[in-house]
Amino acid sequence: MHLSSDELVLWQHGFFKLNATIVTTWGLMLVLTVGARLITRNLEGKVHISRWQSLLEIIVVTIRKQIEEVGLRQPEKYLGFLGTLFVFIALSNLCTIFPGYEPPTGSLSTTAALALCVFIAVPMFGIEESGLGAYLRSYTKPTLVMLPFNIISELSRTLAMAIRLFGNMMSGTMILAILLTITPFIFPIVMSLLGLLTGMVQAYIFSILATVYIAAATRAKQEAGD
Amino acid sequence: MLIDWFTVVAQAFNFLILVWLLKRYLYQPILNALDRREKRIATELADADAKRAEAKMEREEYQRKNEEFDQQRAELLNKATGEAAAERQRLLDEARKDSEALRAKLQDTLRSEHQGLLEEIARRTRTEVFAIARKALTELAGASLEDRMVDVFIRRLSELGSEEKGRLASMLKSPPIPVLVRSAFDLAPAQRSLIEGAVKETLAAEIQVRFEVVPDLVSGIELTMQGQKIAWSIADYLASLEKGVNELLKAQPKPERHEN
Repeated sequence: MHLSSDELVLWQHGFFKLNATIVTTWGLMLVLTVGARLITRNLEGKVHISRWQSLLEIIVVTIRKQIEEVGLRQPEKYLGFLGTLFVFIALSNLCTIFPGYEPPTGSLSTTAALALCVFIAVPMFGIEESGLGAYLRSYTKPTLVMLPFNIISELSRTLAMAIRLFGNMMSGTMILAILLTITPFIFPIVMSLLGLLTGMVQAYIFSILATVYIAAATRAKQEAGD
Repeated sequence: MLIDWFTVVAQAFNFLILVWLLKRYLYQPILNALDRREKRIATELADADAKRAEAKMEREEYQRKNEEFDQQRAELLNKATGEAAAERQRLLDEARKDSEALRAKLQDTLRSEHQGLLEEIARRTRTEVFAIARKALTELAGASLEDRMVDVFIRRLSELGSEEKGRLASMLKSPPIPVLVRSAFDLAPAQRSLIEGAVKETLAAEIQVRFEVVPDLVSGIELTMQGQKIAWSIADYLASLEKGVNELLKAQPKPERHEN
């Protein structure tokens, strides 16, 4: 019984090691990339399109619409980052339906890595949008007194994102594992369904929070523009 | 420790690689396809709009042309109707004129025929009377008509008043002119000498008498000299007959006039 898939090390050479988290992530990456490549290999601009293309279009368009609704004016610019966050977390959570699968998002290392990416991406997008000075000045708003609190908020929300996703996914997997040992029939299936729902909700929360943070960071410019 | 820092770094890299891969193979192609399709649909809609506008324009053009055509047709029809009416009137007038001319001509013809008939009747009557008279005279008096005519003529000469005789004689004396005796038939030498003698006796002068045959006289003898004329002709008798015949013909119903 282990708490994280990080503990299952398949190969190690000094500092480098391949654990189950990394390998599963690679697998998911492969599925996503190959799937996308296969479907988008011969896209057509015709009015009638294939079902798979239609599915991908729905996903992409929905993500773009969500980003736009949060308040980002150029959703295409953020679509790569935010969309990938959602798609990766959603797929990795959905795959818990397969027996023996341990989601990479159930590892605090992965969630921490994603939270770190958001942590770095937010100021990057903010600076790109409104310039370094304007971005840094946004920390002193509404008053200079708020500067430490703003910095603490920045750090704590990153930590919260990582822990939230990890806790939800880890707990879901753990509960399922424990239940399987206690009541192997029926009940684990219900929990598994609940786990799927939780997984989708967490994917949505994670990516929408990232969107909100980026929107807040780029708002300095937009407010100036308004 | 739940966090393995190598895994954190590796996962961050993995995530960034995935972002790049999905950008390249998922978002960009899908967005491009969407754009293409939207553009295509927009183009098709614009095309459809343009075609609709064109169709509307053409329809309006056709309607306008149709109206124009109808108007022109109505105008032409009116014009043709007017012309036809005018032509009809003209033809009617012409026909009326022609018919009037024909009627006038017919009346003329009828009148001339009437006249000719009258003349013919008069001529025939004179001829008949002449023939009857001659036959009657020949059969009843045992003398020819010519003889009787000559007798009558001579008697006329002798019955002339003395005043008349003197006037005629004075006319003959200066200068002496021949007296012309015209007759409808060739006078026999005996008759000629009788007439000549009667003339000389009547006028008491030695004058030359010339004889001439004029068939138009029908029946009669006349003596002409310087506008003076002594004659006996059957025409005198015929005058009353002609009058009677005329009255008879006038009593006949006239031909009906045809009005159109």
